[in-house]
Amino acid sequence: MKKRSKAVRYNKWGYIFLIPFFLVYIVFQLIPLFTTIYNSFFENYRSGLTQIGPNFVGLENYKTLFSGGDIWQYAKNTMVMWLMCFIPQILLSLILGAWFSDVRLRLKGSRFFKTAIYLPNLIMASAFSMLFFTLFSEGGPINSLLLQIGLIDEPFKFFSHVWSSRSLIAFMNLLMWFGNTTILLMAGMMGIDTSLFEAAEVDGATSTQTFFKITLPLLRPILVYVMVTSLIGGLQMFDVPQILTDGSGEPMRSTMTLIMFLNKHLYSKNYGMAGALSVILFIITAILSLVVFKVTGNDKRKA
Amino acid sequence: MRKKLLSSLLALTMVVTMFAGCGGGSGTQTSGDSQAPSTTSAEKQEEVAATAEEGKVLNIYCWNEEFKSRVTAHYPGYSEVDATHGKIGDIDVVWNITPNKDNAYQNNLDETLLKQDSAAADDKIDIFLVEADYALKYVDTPYTMAVSDLGITDADLANQFQYTKDVVTDSNGVLKGLSWQGCPGALFYNREVAKEVLGTDDPAEVQKYLSDWDTFNKTAETMKAAGYYMTATVNDTYRTYSNNVSSKWVVDGKVVIDDNIMKWVEDSKKLVDGKMTGTADLWSDDWSAGFYPDGKVFCYFGPAWFINFSMAADVEGSIGYNGGWAATEGPQGFFWGGTWICAATGTDNVETIKDIMLKLTTDESIMKEIVVQDDDFVNNKPAMEAMAADTSYSSKVLGGQNPLAMYCAGAGKIDLSNLSAYDQGCNEEFQKAMKNYFEGNATLDEALDIFYKAVTEKYPDLSY
Repeated sequence: MKKRSKAVRYNKWGYIFLIPFFLVYIVFQLIPLFTTIYNSFFENYRSGLTQIGPNFVGLENYKTLFSGGDIWQYAKNTMVMWLMCFIPQILLSLILGAWFSDVRLRLKGSRFFKTAIYLPNLIMASAFSMLFFTLFSEGGPINSLLLQIGLIDEPFKFFSHVWSSRSLIAFMNLLMWFGNTTILLMAGMMGIDTSLFEAAEVDGATSTQTFFKITLPLLRPILVYVMVTSLIGGLQMFDVPQILTDGSGEPMRSTMTLIMFLNKHLYSKNYGMAGALSVILFIITAILSLVVFKVTGNDKRKA
Repeated sequence: MRKKLLSSLLALTMVVTMFAGCGGGSGTQTSGDSQAPSTTSAEKQEEVAATAEEGKVLNIYCWNEEFKSRVTAHYPGYSEVDATHGKIGDIDVVWNITPNKDNAYQNNLDETLLKQDSAAADDKIDIFLVEADYALKYVDTPYTMAVSDLGITDADLANQFQYTKDVVTDSNGVLKGLSWQGCPGALFYNREVAKEVLGTDDPAEVQKYLSDWDTFNKTAETMKAAGYYMTATVNDTYRTYSNNVSSKWVVDGKVVIDDNIMKWVEDSKKLVDGKMTGTADLWSDDWSAGFYPDGKVFCYFGPAWFINFSMAADVEGSIGYNGGWAATEGPQGFFWGGTWICAATGTDNVETIKDIMLKLTTDESIMKEIVVQDDDFVNNKPAMEAMAADTSYSSKVLGGQNPLAMYCAGAGKIDLSNLSAYDQGCNEEFQKAMKNYFEGNATLDEALDIFYKAVTEKYPDLSY
């Protein structure tokens, strides 16, 4: 009798200690999620100092969003810039991770480099963007450098061409996040049983073979995790393009991401439209995550 | 048992603080939602009572240092404490400065004004500043106090330019703000360049090369041939076109692009294609490069405050520092900016506000001081006309020219009948969108489409 009650008491503590998490989760995540969905059915904005609404309008906000067709353009922008950043990033991180975790290489100062590659992530995205904006502006140092070398005859307007602006944004995101990805992948690689590598070495496998036949397959769960988090992060891309293009997504809104579009609606406190857009974003994120998870995670060999 | 008590207590405190936090949040929410401050008789009495005893804190909302530097330099009895604090007698002056860009200032002001009713007396906004572009948004609401309620009479304001009053008169004809400056625009050109290319730097002679847009554009080609840019960017000429429109930006809830603005697009496209000007944004580094000789820019458009406040006149090596600019009327008259002082409803410093307004906007000796020290053009007709005729006054930045007569004539001509509450958003978005067209990234129609999109995002109540 006494023993049983003790066990129950322990369970109870478990729940009590979970209360703070659930409360935070409910207050800051679950309730906002549902109010956002609720808000998306209302016309609710401010014109000057006058509040308009909230009036129930059904699916009108969604209709307006889709009728313009712009939302697909912004979704495409976001995905293009994410891919331009993610593909080089994962390759770079895999190479760096393999080098850093390879005991045979005995890289000197790997501790230093592990720290150094993470450093860009410590700078605020806004400061980083401002820096790049100044560097690449018409009269900025990059342009005068190129002019002096003689590569170009007149200043190149980096922010007035679709691909140069997109590349810059992708490059900045790459710089900021490759260190983070490298550390994650490295942790995954170091978690692989070293006896497997030794066995491969005994069998005469080259380092390329070891990488593709042993490291990569065993790294799959971490890779999936990295991909899903990066995808979600990519969909929420905001700070870098916002600051770099001054919120305009110029040229011709080709660098306007979904969240920047969302931010445009908050200018007039348009909670209805912003809510509708958030709901769509939520659905897209959920679907994409599921797809990635299904495609890459459903591997029989893993079990 | 004791352990259990302690831990449940800990858990409880955590939970309670959490609820306290969100309780506070929802509290402000409801107060934020409450509509326009009610001006019941009880509150009027409160205001009267407040007049007798001034509040301890004077909160001033503005977007840059301009008003602060005017008060610091010219308001008797003001002493500066630090960058955002000052003192007038026993009253603490608190400057709340939020940059204007992308509506940050207005957003901040809106939030605070909407809470004005429930804020503590010392936290209430007492003075806020507005610009012509969005003055109507605030003036046409009960959040702004009528100037007459402060005890300022029409006779006090007889010397002010009419247009400065029109901007801040609400739809019922009540005057709700005052300005110390007039902002008729002029064209500032580089004397050196004028001498070199046009053979003269005399304002009257140079004006002949700039008298209307066709001659202006022709001169631009001459400048190009000599290796100079006509203006730093296309946006320099924008206001001159947009002030001479024949309709408002918004008519019956629809966005309308005036013919004169389309003329700006047409002229500017030619200038950009001919590399006679750039496409940088106003206030950007590429734009302000022309304040120095290396920028190779012939002219800028601006009002009186532009010389003092923007042209890097106090930086050694700049054109302004060496008095290398001169002013002339340019192709068309225009005005730019201007700052109006408004008193917020619910203030507890009525007397102080009244005094600041009177001293800065009607006191002739203070206003003359502003002209001499800051090259500003002040809102006092007789004083300005007297100084225009006075040969002893001249502007250092303008190489000894006295531009006041030109400003006086300009201020009388300013017509503000086509202002709307949406001007700032429309002007900003239009320039941004057209940049795509000028740089060849879009056709005119595509660029216009971007403009309409951006405007309706900003103002969901508009259509096109």
